Amino acid sequence: MRKGLFKSKILYDYFHDPSAIAGSFILVVFILLAILAPWIAPQNPYDLEKVSLSDFLNPPIWMEGGKPPFLLGTDDQGRGIFSTILYGCRTSLTVGSGVVLIAGSFGIVMGLLAGYYGGLLDSVTMRMADTFFSFSTTLMAFLLLGLFKQRGVLIVIIAICIADWVRYARTMRGSVLEVKEEAYITAAKATGAGDFRLLIKHLLPNAIPPIFVVMAVDLAVVIMLEATLSFLGVGVPLTEPSLGMMIAIGKNYVYAGKWWLVLFPGSALILLVVGINLFADWLREELNPKIERGR
Amino acid sequence: MLTYIIRRLIQGVIVLLAVSFICFIIFRYTGDPVLTLAGRYATFQEREEVRRVFGLDKPFYVQYVRFIYNAAQGRFGKSYVSRVPALGLILERLPATVELATSAVFISFCLGVGLGVLVSLKPYAMRNRLVMAGSLCGISIPTFLTGILLIMIFAVYLGALPSFGRGETVNIGYWRTGLLTWSGISHLILPAFTLGMYQLAVLLRLTRAGMREVLGEEYIKTAWSKGLPPRKVIFKHALRNALIPVVTMTGLQFGELIAFSIVTETIFQWPGMGNLLLTSIYETDQPVIVTYIMLAALIILTINIVVDILYAVLNPKIRYA
Repeated sequence: MRKGLFKSKILYDYFHDPSAIAGSFILVVFILLAILAPWIAPQNPYDLEKVSLSDFLNPPIWMEGGKPPFLLGTDDQGRGIFSTILYGCRTSLTVGSGVVLIAGSFGIVMGLLAGYYGGLLDSVTMRMADTFFSFSTTLMAFLLLGLFKQRGVLIVIIAICIADWVRYARTMRGSVLEVKEEAYITAAKATGAGDFRLLIKHLLPNAIPPIFVVMAVDLAVVIMLEATLSFLGVGVPLTEPSLGMMIAIGKNYVYAGKWWLVLFPGSALILLVVGINLFADWLREELNPKIERGR
Repeated sequence: MLTYIIRRLIQGVIVLLAVSFICFIIFRYTGDPVLTLAGRYATFQEREEVRRVFGLDKPFYVQYVRFIYNAAQGRFGKSYVSRVPALGLILERLPATVELATSAVFISFCLGVGLGVLVSLKPYAMRNRLVMAGSLCGISIPTFLTGILLIMIFAVYLGALPSFGRGETVNIGYWRTGLLTWSGISHLILPAFTLGMYQLAVLLRLTRAGMREVLGEEYIKTAWSKGLPPRKVIFKHALRNALIPVVTMTGLQFGELIAFSIVTETIFQWPGMGNLLLTSIYETDQPVIVTYIMLAALIILTINIVVDILYAVLNPKIRYA
């Protein structure tokens, strides 16, 4: 038998699945680019002193009229596309990880309690989940932001969290209901374990694996949602970088043939989301015992 | 079954009441409701009249009951901007959105389920791996980007399809339809594919996953060994069972569909409800926003109840007492 983390089945499967490796590689590169943006980017596109309007709508550097340091050209304000993408990825990943952590934790706790105690708490949480689901996270977050007067990264995170936590609560509850029936839970109860110990030491670690899949998928969904909201003008304010807003600006120049305003931030967004989804796909199949993996 | 339907209906009414309560709070406590009901340009006498008629001096619960009473009759006040009743403004744009959304659902359901079944039969064939890679892109491209990319390819680069508005429309009674003219249909193609693309990919993946699970079941082996023709095994025995989560998902995604119709309509300047809502949010035109939310809630809940009933019909394992 293999022993230890480095010889475990999950790592063995991971290193034998090219798409899982590719997906996580893409994600890691994006995280590094986002963190190191101030040092990598040739220009801080949101520092007004560094931006000159005379550089507006420059094409990418390899085309006629392109000039350094604007590797991928500039937008209508003279901001370098490459630099803005790096800063935009920061916003995307901040909102994405913020929502996954906050909504995730809240949802896990609610799902754990609802699944364990049942009763009124359970039915109220689940009816809420049903309703939230039928309205969809996107519609709820959009309407909430439409009603809020303030704009900001934090506001976006809050709005998406309010709409999104039920996803985690529902998955966690379902998982808890299954685990609750296991013999070791009965055994723990028989040895006199209290509610708290039972919840934290036995139910939480055994019921949580499906949540990892939800988190991975949700990260991709939230990043797309943030871009969509910013595209519509209810997301982050104009003073913050966002891939969605870059594409919204670029949309005005599509008919004028200024394709780089849309294609580069669009490709960055797609690549980031594809990377996360590749990894999420692998994780889902890995943690689902029903599907036998073929090669 | 009947008890189940009635219970679902009661639940639906409770949710509608909760939504209406939130809307009422927004309506009553942000901005001056007298202004909201009478319109921004009402005269002093008109405002006093409104205050008296709508009983805005009465206690909270009386006002809420009145709000419900008015809402049930479709009276949500006048739009701040265009000064006509908000409901009329939205209903006028309903046909455009319904035609766009149903075309999108039709495209995504037919193509999604069809391709999903094909792919599930030989999951590791090269061309099916390609379809799956395509579906991965499908769920990784947000709707607004799909729309702009389609415009760039088909409208700007190829110049093959229009990307703006609804084209020529024909009135049938109150219903303004774009489905009867070639111009209307050509204007529909890009927005419908834009709106349907994400769901197409979701349904494809769901059908494939469902079919793969079902095809491994014992009763499918029995069906094969009985010598049934493949068509019967695949469609009658396997697909019927694999379709259950797909139908549920199609219903559940309806809220998503309405949300993304806002995005699609904005990109293509489609004269529907979503486009109106976004404009109203920019202009803080509250009566229109509140009416939109109530109407969307009503439509979503209705669809959900219909899907739940369909679910019970499709899945004989479930017998509702």
